[in-house]
Amino acid sequence: MLKIWFSRYPTVIFFCAALFSSNLSYAEQVVVYSARIEKLIKPMFDAFTKNTGVPVKFVTDKAGVLLERLKAEGKNTPADMLITTDAGNLWEAVQKGLLEPIESETLEANIPAHLRDPQKQWFGLSVRARTIVYNTQKVKSADLSTYKDLANPKWRGRLCLRTSKKVYNQSLVAMMIAEHGETWSEQVVRGWVANLATEPLSNDTKAMEFVAAGKCDVTIVNSYYYGRLIKKKPNLPLAIFWPNQAGSGVHVNISGAGITKNARNKHAAIMLLEFLSSKKAQNLFADVNMEYPANPKIKPDSIVMEWGSFKQNQMNVVAAGELQTEAVKLMDRAGYR
Amino acid sequence: MLNVKSEDRSTRTSFFNCSPYGFRAIFSWRFIPVLVAVLVLIPVGTILLSFLAPAGDVWQHLVETILPSLLINTFWLTLGVAVSSALLGVSLAWFTAVCEFPGRKFFSWGLLLPLAIPAYVMAFVTLGLFDFTGPVQTLLRSWVGPEQFWFPNVRGRLGVIIVMTLAFYPYVYLLARNAFLTQGKRSLEAAQSLGFNRMQGFLKVALPMARPWIASGVMLVLMETLADFGTVAVFNYDTFTTAIYKAWFSMFSLSAASQLASLLIVIVFVLIVMEQQFRSRMRYAETKHSSRIPRIPLTGWRAWGVAGFALAILFFAFLLPITQLIIWATDTFVEEFNQLYLGFLWHSLMLSGLAALLTCSVAVLVVYSARRHPDTVTRVAVRIATIGYALPGVVLAVGIFVPLAWLDNWLSEMAMQLFHIETGSLIQGTLAIMLIAYMTRFLAVGHNPIDSAMQRITFSIDEASMGLGLNGWSMLKRVHLPILKGGIFTAVTLVFVDVMKEMPITLMTRPFGWDTLAVRIFEMTSEGEWEQAALPAVALVLAGLIPIVLLTRQVEK
Amino acid sequence: MDISLLKLTNINQAYGNQVVVNNLSLTLKKGVIGCLLGPSGCGKTTVLRCIAGFEPITTGEISLNDVKVNSSGFSLRPEKRRIGMVFQDYALFPHLTVASNIDFGLYYLHHTERTLRVTEMLQTVGLADVTNSYPHELSGGQQQRVALARALAPRPDLLLLDEPFSNLDVNLRERLSLEIRDILKSQGTTAILVTHDQNEAFAIADEIGVMHHGEIIQWDTAYNLYHRPSSRFVANFVGQGVFLSGRVLDSRHVEIELGVLTVDISHQCTSDCRVCGAGCYVDVLVRPDDIVHDDTSSLQAQVVHKAFRGAEILYTLRLPGGGTALSLVPSHHNHAVGENIGIKLEVDHVVAFSQTAP
Repeated sequence: MLKIWFSRYPTVIFFCAALFSSNLSYAEQVVVYSARIEKLIKPMFDAFTKNTGVPVKFVTDKAGVLLERLKAEGKNTPADMLITTDAGNLWEAVQKGLLEPIESETLEANIPAHLRDPQKQWFGLSVRARTIVYNTQKVKSADLSTYKDLANPKWRGRLCLRTSKKVYNQSLVAMMIAEHGETWSEQVVRGWVANLATEPLSNDTKAMEFVAAGKCDVTIVNSYYYGRLIKKKPNLPLAIFWPNQAGSGVHVNISGAGITKNARNKHAAIMLLEFLSSKKAQNLFADVNMEYPANPKIKPDSIVMEWGSFKQNQMNVVAAGELQTEAVKLMDRAGYR
Repeated sequence: MLNVKSEDRSTRTSFFNCSPYGFRAIFSWRFIPVLVAVLVLIPVGTILLSFLAPAGDVWQHLVETILPSLLINTFWLTLGVAVSSALLGVSLAWFTAVCEFPGRKFFSWGLLLPLAIPAYVMAFVTLGLFDFTGPVQTLLRSWVGPEQFWFPNVRGRLGVIIVMTLAFYPYVYLLARNAFLTQGKRSLEAAQSLGFNRMQGFLKVALPMARPWIASGVMLVLMETLADFGTVAVFNYDTFTTAIYKAWFSMFSLSAASQLASLLIVIVFVLIVMEQQFRSRMRYAETKHSSRIPRIPLTGWRAWGVAGFALAILFFAFLLPITQLIIWATDTFVEEFNQLYLGFLWHSLMLSGLAALLTCSVAVLVVYSARRHPDTVTRVAVRIATIGYALPGVVLAVGIFVPLAWLDNWLSEMAMQLFHIETGSLIQGTLAIMLIAYMTRFLAVGHNPIDSAMQRITFSIDEASMGLGLNGWSMLKRVHLPILKGGIFTAVTLVFVDVMKEMPITLMTRPFGWDTLAVRIFEMTSEGEWEQAALPAVALVLAGLIPIVLLTRQVEK
Repeated sequence: MDISLLKLTNINQAYGNQVVVNNLSLTLKKGVIGCLLGPSGCGKTTVLRCIAGFEPITTGEISLNDVKVNSSGFSLRPEKRRIGMVFQDYALFPHLTVASNIDFGLYYLHHTERTLRVTEMLQTVGLADVTNSYPHELSGGQQQRVALARALAPRPDLLLLDEPFSNLDVNLRERLSLEIRDILKSQGTTAILVTHDQNEAFAIADEIGVMHHGEIIQWDTAYNLYHRPSSRFVANFVGQGVFLSGRVLDSRHVEIELGVLTVDISHQCTSDCRVCGAGCYVDVLVRPDDIVHDDTSSLQAQVVHKAFRGAEILYTLRLPGGGTALSLVPSHHNHAVGENIGIKLEVDHVVAFSQTAP
């Protein structure tokens, strides 16, 4: 029966061959698992390939899924590099033993200490500042000061927040715990929840739109979302405020990368990582998404420059990973959905 | 004369059955469901195994804080979506299958169109339109003034239920319609001769007789609702899936997530078994289709009422979202569109097509062998084989991936030891694995319509064909397949559209560079850029329409 | 008691150009079991469905209990007609048990009365032991009884039976048809049966209408249909027999090749032979029981074919003049094919049609 089937349909054999061809290739290349989406990472890869001739292959997925994938594949993983959009997942990758420490003077010179792993297993590549955006018709910048201040009853019914399920908020709270302890942080989060004008929203853009439409007056977002929204709708009555400037500084998170423990192309992967911290790539990071370059010597995008310079919180972002679970629990307790 | 003939036949079949070298000697139909069940059990088992791994204090935390409210949310959501999808799907199916009203022909296929729109797309479009910042409320504010006016909370429970119902009712509609069309109207006449009008006849006869279909459809809706993450995430409506995601992605505990997911499996399994037990002895086959019985003509306000109802559903479930999508897509077209889209489209179509063919072929085999060997082992195997649909896709994706990676590592280890060659991964990142992964997830979608269609075939047909010397493959090919055609077509369409919309398995198992339209949507929405996702979403909807249009032509026959 | 329960007046029904029922009228008295008998495609089932209200009629009038249920532009809904129906395929509800099937139409009764009626019907049709079975678990005969019980349970004014025995084997058919006649008579039910099987019709019906091309050719008792057919079609369709050519001798005698038959013109001959004077040629219907086997008879015929029927043998005979005739002979008179046997004419009812008549 089977024999007849095959002899009669040679195309079937061909087709099966196509079905079972997997991605084996041994030439020099770098394979990347990226939680950063294609649009925001491919330009850097293209630049690298253009410079070095080494091709970069990548797949995108959720960071958590990529970690499980690396773990399951173990020694056989095709991936040389992991890129995430937050420090928490890089920290978790280290916990799972998926990454490898990198000795690189270039990287250590290019990336400030608080944006890389003390164990040298990962390095921040771009900075994402989580800041305050307010409605200019309703709020004066003088009324704003810190994240904690948004818990003050004077903001009752005037605050909009993105859901606590997004890692950016989890990192923010984790860093607060690291800096001020759990009790202090929980009070702040409870204050926020009490001040909410509407149930938490599903993304930053929505939160700013709600502020602009007058549902609430103030919200906490990543600055590049503000940049994107204003670029599209320049007339919205919104402005950025940099909080905690009198204190420890604006909460920042990173988009960063590490080399996998079982990387086949370790040399090329390190080359890529170093390239990503270089001037050329850092400029691209600044351009494609209005993020801040991790390399302090590189200027951000000109639009971003207009928002003014600010003091970054200098605490190492590794705390965002270490305390993420605590932060999630705290927000659940406080009723922050 | 007759004697000789039958002797002839028995020698022929015994030649095949007893041939010591023949394929048929070792092949038994009853292996098929078991085999498929094992295939599905591997990922499901991987998830269930999570109970062996410690989940830390995640459980305790969840139970103490959010789990109670999540369960209540999930309960109401599931109940709401199941009941309203059933009401909507069955009533529309009845009107288009049995009645006559203005636009009936158009609506009978038009009402299938929402199938092509993924629920999460429907969700973000609906929110985009009706939320506080959307055009509707903005317009109202500009009329009434900015002072507060009452508007229903779109992001609340009711909003999610409505959106999911609009997205999922076609499952019920399609299956119920199939049931009503194939139901001989003789039973309705019998009810009439016993003094019931057609409406009562519908409730007392047509509806119960369509029960396997309706139950299958509702079961699909139920599983889809329980497993959904995308839609509820857009609404920030917390359900059981939210807890799964939270445990895994926020608290880094895949084992806690898997344990939560296994509860879903148990719940769905219990529901399925209950439904099965409840109708265990009933049969739904009819001996004869009465020919040429006219549709029930609706007149006056009834006719226009039904037409208006159908139009309203079509408007909110398809026309409105697609219009909004197209508007957004034209805004971003220049920026977003490039030649890569041809590749996305091609990958989407090819994956969905192949997965639909594979899944439905397996479903036919499973259904057929369960019919030929209706024993307990087979029944249980079939239930297990179709459980994959109840799991959140991302959990199942890991369940598939982990054993696969293990097998791959083992294989390359063996290759190393035996032949001293470094093979790297052998089976991962192949299309075959992707297709099998889709099959484990969507078998229920392929199985249910085919199974329901099979129930319409009386057993005397099997007996008759056995009497004519057919058995096994030949009977399936010459007798059942032609009769099942409608059910198979429905199944292929549903699986095709579902695979097209699927994200987590595609993301996790795709070969490098094999991006699809759904992957593209994921890329955009993961950065919160819903409007940017409009272009791939429109492409996805249009591509999804292809099989639906084909199905329509089938349905109209 | 002599009221007409059902009255069909000049009803017509057509699908497009194809006339299915042609100007048909009939009247059925209360308590009578009627039957529409005809070959398949004669429109008999359509008449039944028109009476039930499932098919519209083009023109004409149907009244039930002197109330018009169907007339120009008006059609009472089937469920309002109080007409029970037993379908050819029974149309039992597969999702309901036997008891629930029978109970189905009793919605207008109180709960206790319903149970009572269901039990009563189950006993009437002899199905008390399968009360809680599902239809697919029953034999064909049992299903048929459930169908009957279900239709009778709400005490319909009229019961329609559409080829009710066609799915059953012959033995069961005969037994059930007698049984059903008894049940119908005991309930005093008025009924119309549709069938193509004359034995069934003879067994159940009081009055039978033979249908052809959408018309009722003859409405009469079984006896009259057999012995006094009004047309060649009825003569041919009902019972067996052959036509032998004959010549009218005078008003009381017709001569065929087997001898001279005496005709009681007053009621035996059909209209055709009345207009036919002496010397005119006619076709005479000779039934198998009209030709009797008689070993002593000088009249000999050759056996061409024989069919054993248990008590009797049906011989096909070649007559000396070359014509063919049938003869029903007690089966102990066993003759081989080719043998010559003696026969004798014993005709009680001479049926003759002028050779020019249709």
